[in-house]
Amino acid sequence: MYQYDQYDQQMVDARVEEFRDQARRRLEGTLTEDQFKPLRLMNGLYLQLHAYMLRVAVPYGTLSSMQMHALADIADKYDRGYGHFTTRQNIQYNWIKLEDAADILADLAKVEMHAIQTSGNCIRNISSDHFAGAAADEVTDPRPYAELLRQWSSFHPEFSYLPRKFKIAVIASDTDRAAMRLHDIGIQIVEKDGTLGAAFYVGGGMGRTPMIAPCINEFVPLDQLVSYAEACLRVYNRHGRRDNKYKARIKILVHEMGAEEYTRQVEEEFAHMLKRGIEPPFAELERIRTYFEDPLFEEGASADIDRSDPDFALWVDRNTVAHKADGYVSAVISLKPVGGIPGDATAEQMHLMADLAKDYSFDELRVMHTQNIVLPHVRKADLHALWTALDEAELGAPNLDTVEDIIACPGLDYCSLANARSIPVAQQISERFAKNGKTEALGQLKLKISGCINACGHHHAGHIGILGVDRKGVENYQLLLGGSEAEDVSLAKITGPGFDEAGIVDAVETAADVYLRERQDGERFLDTYRRIGMTPFKEALYG
Amino acid sequence: MRILTGNDLKTGAVTWWTGSDWSLHVEDAVDVTGNEDEIARVEEAERRVNVPYAIDAEMHQGHPRPAHIKDRIRALGPTVRQDLTLKPADPEIRNWVI
Ligand code: HEM
Ligand code: SF4
Repeated sequence: MYQYDQYDQQMVDARVEEFRDQARRRLEGTLTEDQFKPLRLMNGLYLQLHAYMLRVAVPYGTLSSMQMHALADIADKYDRGYGHFTTRQNIQYNWIKLEDAADILADLAKVEMHAIQTSGNCIRNISSDHFAGAAADEVTDPRPYAELLRQWSSFHPEFSYLPRKFKIAVIASDTDRAAMRLHDIGIQIVEKDGTLGAAFYVGGGMGRTPMIAPCINEFVPLDQLVSYAEACLRVYNRHGRRDNKYKARIKILVHEMGAEEYTRQVEEEFAHMLKRGIEPPFAELERIRTYFEDPLFEEGASADIDRSDPDFALWVDRNTVAHKADGYVSAVISLKPVGGIPGDATAEQMHLMADLAKDYSFDELRVMHTQNIVLPHVRKADLHALWTALDEAELGAPNLDTVEDIIACPGLDYCSLANARSIPVAQQISERFAKNGKTEALGQLKLKISGCINACGHHHAGHIGILGVDRKGVENYQLLLGGSEAEDVSLAKITGPGFDEAGIVDAVETAADVYLRERQDGERFLDTYRRIGMTPFKEALYG
Repeated sequence: MRILTGNDLKTGAVTWWTGSDWSLHVEDAVDVTGNEDEIARVEEAERRVNVPYAIDAEMHQGHPRPAHIKDRIRALGPTVRQDLTLKPADPEIRNWVI
């Protein structure tokens, strides 16, 4: 894992003290809320529905055991004993006191963490493949590049006041597990004739105007990565709209300017950047890369798994994925127990996951954008012990990528921007399918719920999406079908008029039944939808 | 009626104007129709509240009930964690919120 050098640590420590002073001045009254708000937001501190909310950055979703323990301690000491893992691989606390905020940031700094650039119109935490460094199908570990970009984008003076927030994802396999093309910049590290390079996809996003990022350059040499990213940002910073918040994201610029013209300007700027020589020395990338070297995998680790316990066998089938090292898998810890709150974990659960990572996964954990946790490197021989411990702590739900593995944003239960509650809908849907026993038959079915058009719950990218709207003061839910955030990316379409809370749960089951009736061999829900189109679903829903 | 709400500056807790002070309980809120801006200005300047604003409410069983569901959830706490709300043991509370 990456470790802070003295510069990283000094910057973060200095920032804590600066914020401590700002918070003190606010509490004493020498700063007004109008003056203080931008300062607290720069440190991830929002004012939400019930209290202050703190968003902590988890760079590219990677955590050490020690960091996970620290996150648990914060939940216990300063919050109400739990935290919420988010679709941007971060964690949020919902019950923070302003008086405690600086102490929390100081506790985070001790474990090389912070909340900087988790809000505001800057480059946000960089996300990545949650199986990075473990995946059997990656061409390289994408995290050194994500880390390089993190360093470049941290406190970048030119990009502190962009027209709007800016989100970057970096992956290194053809399978997209990071919604790469729904980011402002998606970067895929690719291999061409034995050389690695970066494909740049620019102008994707969700929110009220969802767009899929077009590829603007298929192969940027890796020793020009930062220069190219800088060129992309510069053109955006220059031409992105600042007059209208809803048209300020780079996706609107690329769309209105046209991908071709945008690319032309980026290439021109890029040529200029290369002349200026802003690229960090290659030695720096090499230094970073050494932190991401493989742990010492056991040679000849056994590939056998004793599947005599059927519950365990089901969990293995559903929640573990292929690893690049023989005898190992990546194991997914579901934060989606039936009827639970997607992405929430108690302090005890966080401590347990940290301990299990220490025992079974070389001290490492990952946060998935689907609001689950990964232990990236687990010996097959250890899986039964791991599963037993997880199951006892209600962390053993065998439901990865099933209809019960629902993404849900905090919605109206926590979020002041929400139109409707998301969590209760997720709870009822998972309960419904756990009861009717259709989960297994439905196979891969990605269901994603947002409580408003901002789309934090990725509803546009759900095989089934649900969007909460406000209909004359009453919660109402629109149903969408056919989205995907993976390599077969597409945007979901609305089926028709919305449903009330009970109606939306029925509607999801109705749509699932259409699939079960119509599917052909080997088809997932999404494949069937793409083949037969919206009409049969509409007939069943409204007919 | 109009009632005034905000957050406690130090703790962030949701509070309601009672006519003389700020309470955690929306039942204590009083009608401020016509005076909301003035009260908000004075109280915010004294740092007894953060970002106050007025909302619509109706009387319900002798107490104000915010007109919009968002404010009712705000008044009580998340509907999905009744253990963390102000009324963890009240079985009827769901009907008040939704
Ligand atoms: C409760 C506090 C939150 C607030 C105030 C908030 C606000 C917003 C806003 C305003 C947008 C739309 C931005 C735009 O299109 O320009 C947005 C998008 C997004 N947020 Fe949140 N959000 C919150 C929580 C979350 C959580 C908990 C998650 C993860 C579960 C999340 C992840 C995202 C993602 C993935 C997007 C869409 C991707 C994109 O930027 O296009 N947010 N959020
Ligand atoms: S989608 Fe809307 S309701 Fe959900 S967290 Fe984002 S801003 Fe809040």
